[in-house]
Amino acid sequence: MKIIIAGLGKIGTTILASLVAEGHDVVAIDSNPDIIDEITNIYDVIGVCGNGADTDALSDAGVDKAELFVAVTGSDEFNMLSCFIARKMGAAHTIARIRSPEYNDNSLVFMKQHLGLSMAINPELLAAHELYNILKFPSAVKIETFSHRNFEMIEIKLKPDSILDGLSLMQLRHKYKSKILICTVQRDDKVYIPDGNFVLKSGDKIGITAELTEFQKFFKELGIFQKQAKNVMILGGSRTAFYLARRLINGGSSVKIIEQRRERCDALSEAIPKAVIIHGDGAQQELLMEEGLDSLDAFVALTGMDEENILISIFAASHSVPTVISKVNRNELSSMAEKLGLDCIVSPKKIISDILVRYARALENSMDSKVETLYKLMDGKAEALEFKVGPDFKYTNIPIKDLRIQENILLGGIIRNKPVIPSGNDVILPNDRVIVVATDKKIRELSDIFES
Amino acid sequence: MNRKRVFYTIGKIIMAEATMLLLPLIVSFIYGESCSMDFIITIGIALAVGGLLMILFRTENRVIYAKEGFVIVAGAWIAMSLIGALPFYISGEIPSYIDAFFETVSGFTTTGASILTDVEAMSKGLLFWRSFTHWIGGMGVLVFVMAIIPNFSDRSIHLLRAEVPGPVVGKLVPRMKDTAKILYLIYVAMTVIEIILLLCGGMPFFDSVVHSFGTAGTGGFGIKADSIAGYSNYLQWVITIFMLLFGVNFNIYYLLLIRHFKSVFKSSEVWCYFGIVGTSIAVITANIYPIYQDIADSLRLSAFQVSSIITTTGFATADFDLWPRLSKVVLMLLMFVGACAGSTGGGLKVSRLMLLFKIIKKELKRMIHPRSVGAVKMEGKKVDEKMQNGVLVYFALYVVLFGIMFGLLCFESFDIETNFSAVTACFNNIGPGLSLVGPAANYSIYSSLSKIVLSGAMLLGRLEIFPLLLALSPAVWSKK
Repeated sequence: MKIIIAGLGKIGTTILASLVAEGHDVVAIDSNPDIIDEITNIYDVIGVCGNGADTDALSDAGVDKAELFVAVTGSDEFNMLSCFIARKMGAAHTIARIRSPEYNDNSLVFMKQHLGLSMAINPELLAAHELYNILKFPSAVKIETFSHRNFEMIEIKLKPDSILDGLSLMQLRHKYKSKILICTVQRDDKVYIPDGNFVLKSGDKIGITAELTEFQKFFKELGIFQKQAKNVMILGGSRTAFYLARRLINGGSSVKIIEQRRERCDALSEAIPKAVIIHGDGAQQELLMEEGLDSLDAFVALTGMDEENILISIFAASHSVPTVISKVNRNELSSMAEKLGLDCIVSPKKIISDILVRYARALENSMDSKVETLYKLMDGKAEALEFKVGPDFKYTNIPIKDLRIQENILLGGIIRNKPVIPSGNDVILPNDRVIVVATDKKIRELSDIFES
Repeated sequence: MNRKRVFYTIGKIIMAEATMLLLPLIVSFIYGESCSMDFIITIGIALAVGGLLMILFRTENRVIYAKEGFVIVAGAWIAMSLIGALPFYISGEIPSYIDAFFETVSGFTTTGASILTDVEAMSKGLLFWRSFTHWIGGMGVLVFVMAIIPNFSDRSIHLLRAEVPGPVVGKLVPRMKDTAKILYLIYVAMTVIEIILLLCGGMPFFDSVVHSFGTAGTGGFGIKADSIAGYSNYLQWVITIFMLLFGVNFNIYYLLLIRHFKSVFKSSEVWCYFGIVGTSIAVITANIYPIYQDIADSLRLSAFQVSSIITTTGFATADFDLWPRLSKVVLMLLMFVGACAGSTGGGLKVSRLMLLFKIIKKELKRMIHPRSVGAVKMEGKKVDEKMQNGVLVYFALYVVLFGIMFGLLCFESFDIETNFSAVTACFNNIGPGLSLVGPAANYSIYSSLSKIVLSGAMLLGRLEIFPLLLALSPAVWSKK
């Protein structure tokens, strides 16, 4: 598929790298010749040096044949303009990065409609959303929401002394009555789709689907349940911090933000009056202790410096704050931070590139297959695909235990009026939405999952 | 430097050459010639050497940078020439290995300078191989391998840059492999069309194929003692036109394919190229008219010679060494001009010369108005300082190396015109020079040492100096 990316900053480059790895034909536009030079040296793409809102540069890039146009420069207005022009010149879909809070309220729908945008992405808002999900359910490492409905997959990491250690999934089902389904297990960089005989080990990262109440019941039984974080400290008053604080306060938590710049503190206290804004240097341990680090439910490090975030997070973890999340943008640092014992790391860059890859895949799939949405799980090593059951689907009303499903494929859930966690006796009905979890398989339609 | 990957890739290229050698093998089988055995031996050696390199230097680290790109290209070309010379040597048709090496380098670099005194006595299989090297070398070996082997190398743009001639190298489409494929498809299609047109004019099939290879790569190896002169006027015109076409930047053909006629029309390099060709033909036609006393003949001969020299092909239909001085000087100057960047031709390249003149103009203007700010523009785009410097450095190196090689030939007892034109013809990948190395003569008169120097000149000219120079520089190889 042909994709054009305008603006090659940190986010643009990350998106470019993952789209090239997906095998798309990518054209990059940037006004800085040095960046174009570097990008074309490293990645197999064409670079066009010029202004992304200039019709000449756009036609050089072949915008009329592009299936997707992505504008991710630092300026919202520029992104909107270049997407608008690209759309008018024939790009099939356009995505703009729009990050300013003023544009992200009611005017967004209006602008999307009139500029013909397929999607507007706001990295800070998306990062805040992911952070909020984790804080809402702190036992999890990552939460994926399917189908915009109340159906989620939660990834948790089994601690060294977990009572699940050494238990097979069959035993698990007998021992605990909760209606949960373990869909994926990641062990030493390998992802498995487990069957009943699969034995869990501590250190595994497992992906579970269930209804929200069942999750709570299950986690309580395991003794790892943590209530929604009520008392949260955020380090750094960035845009992400603002979005996150606003959501947390609306959800009833109390939030404390520590920020060094005076003007930013003033702006924040005006925007979210319910939050406590502290003007000071968060790197000072004295200050953190004074502001009650010991009594926190969660600590979120969101400064612009990866290194600072990692170090202060380690300090917070050492003072037994139950949930510590750090924002780390650079890939090489985030793997190091994981080795240092920080489980929960959020990278805005990665969130955006995941979303774009997902969008591009869905776009490509919509051309020749029936996948509605595609989710990447476990660092992209497994996939969850959402299908709608069409009228010509032959396997309706057959109990799942009688269906012959291929190896390494699993039905993760059925979404009817309310989500169903499939057991052997459930059936697929017409008009259901079905979530299929798979590793290294190319599935184009729902009937592909059955053995032929 | 990623040495393992460098040698591994060179091994892969040698394997690819072994596959290419199958074609002349088949030809020699068809004609029932004894040289088929020599090809089998060569293929065996190539497989052994290539396979050994690939096994010894197997590595997971696929990343290469610009310097590895240069070294791979230089190494691959030298290795290919060393192995490509074996069939000539083993068969005994060229008894000296250095002569065989010179002939093969001349083939791969699409020079067309020959040491053979009697071409017509050679066996068909070897003649085919000789011309086939032109065809492979014209578009580039690594480009060819990139087009057919999936996932050839990460960051393969460095290889394309090092191998494809011209000051800037751009991809046509985002993916390297697709770019290489498109280039080769255009190349193959044009070659096939030429073969068909030559067949229509009554040229035998073998001759058509061999001459089309020579034209496509802008090489110039013929199979007749008088090159193309013995063929009909129609055939000479077909070859004239195709030589000119293969001297045009291949991006232009891609733009034609995707129907961007406007940008084709606006390409200043193509206009300049055809302008130079037209003017030179007019001057020489007028100049040689008194000799031939026929306007059609004069036009045909001058058009053929001009196209042959500017595209650096080197076919001949007349012994231009016997022409008046003005014509000889024009042809000599054309030798330096060369074809368009991104074509299969050699020489300095039209676009590089245009840039040089533009830079000179800008600097002269600055001497008159010291505070003036001037931008150099090419094809409607500003040319940045880095690229201007690149062109100037290239030209300086070109002149220096030319001087050194001209100096190295001084031990020969020939006149200056012969030596000078020999270096010019080899360095610019043309083939025939003037006087003792003119179109009617050949390079067998030179000593082995001079032949090695001239082989180096051809490689330097085809790879545009930098790859070979860097591959020989200790700084690239040192671990520091």
